[in-house]
Amino acid sequence: MQQIFGRPQGLTDVLQRYCPGCGHGVVHRIIGELLVKLNIRERTVGIAPVGCSVFADEYFNCDMIQPPHGRGPAVSTGIKRTRPNCIVFSYQGDGDLAAIGTAEIVHAAARNENITVIFINNAIFGMTGGQMAPTTLPGMRSTTSVQGRDIKKQGYPIKVCELLAGLDGPYYLVRTAVNTPKNVIATEKAIKNAFVNQVDNKGFSLVEILSMCPTNWGMTPVQAKKWTDESMIKYYPLGEYRNRAKEGK
Amino acid sequence: MPHVKILEEVCKGCGLCCDGICPVNILILSPGRINSNGYHPAEVTDNSKCIGCGYCFKVCPEPAIEIYK
Repeated sequence: MQQIFGRPQGLTDVLQRYCPGCGHGVVHRIIGELLVKLNIRERTVGIAPVGCSVFADEYFNCDMIQPPHGRGPAVSTGIKRTRPNCIVFSYQGDGDLAAIGTAEIVHAAARNENITVIFINNAIFGMTGGQMAPTTLPGMRSTTSVQGRDIKKQGYPIKVCELLAGLDGPYYLVRTAVNTPKNVIATEKAIKNAFVNQVDNKGFSLVEILSMCPTNWGMTPVQAKKWTDESMIKYYPLGEYRNRAKEGK
Repeated sequence: MPHVKILEEVCKGCGLCCDGICPVNILILSPGRINSNGYHPAEVTDNSKCIGCGYCFKVCPEPAIEIYK
């Protein structure tokens, strides 16, 4: 009797304190598997964000640092430049990366810093109680936009992949989701590419993952999964926005 | 023969694996059982039908599912 699927060694045995149906767990599992598959766990340094996944240092079975809010790409830059042999990944949510950390991510991408960024986009501030985020969809309700996001007052959501694709720097930009097995498999491939790019010293890779937040969306996990398909993916189209490996540069 | 094992104490009963993901429909949220965190964990109705595709494992956020072959 051989185990073909199970908890990877890249994760600790700590029970994750995410809500039922949260997309963070799936992404943690994928990264945990890759750390073992690519044989990089011993030399990997992860950057935990501020947000729901602030305790990611307890969940990943590799070295972790928890920097100030939004400063993941800046701290990653420092580690990568002083210890080029380390594999550095910055794990960030939309409040961390697209709100307070916008400057850091734009400049890290423009410098084509050789790091991997995992960006979890669930269109809301999860940990603080479901406030409107820069990525909240037009018309979407949150605790600070109870009538729905009004684009005349609060403007349009930030599409991070499209924003960074306007720069010449980044090597690999892709958007995926984790709501169905098909999308999860695409996410596994994208995150693997992002890590392999860093191992091969190619440059900046960012994987944006559309994730579910059933608690703050006010839905059951199954409804949240469907809503991701119906609304999130419509507004944030999946796919590769930059892949210089394919362009041959 | 492949078979699936649910780690009942890890499962949070989100139901993502029970919602038409399984090609042979053998996963349900247990109506009678309850784990120490107060969740109804997922349950396997007929392990002999499992084909070991791993779809339930792929969508499980915990992961509270193990598949053996």
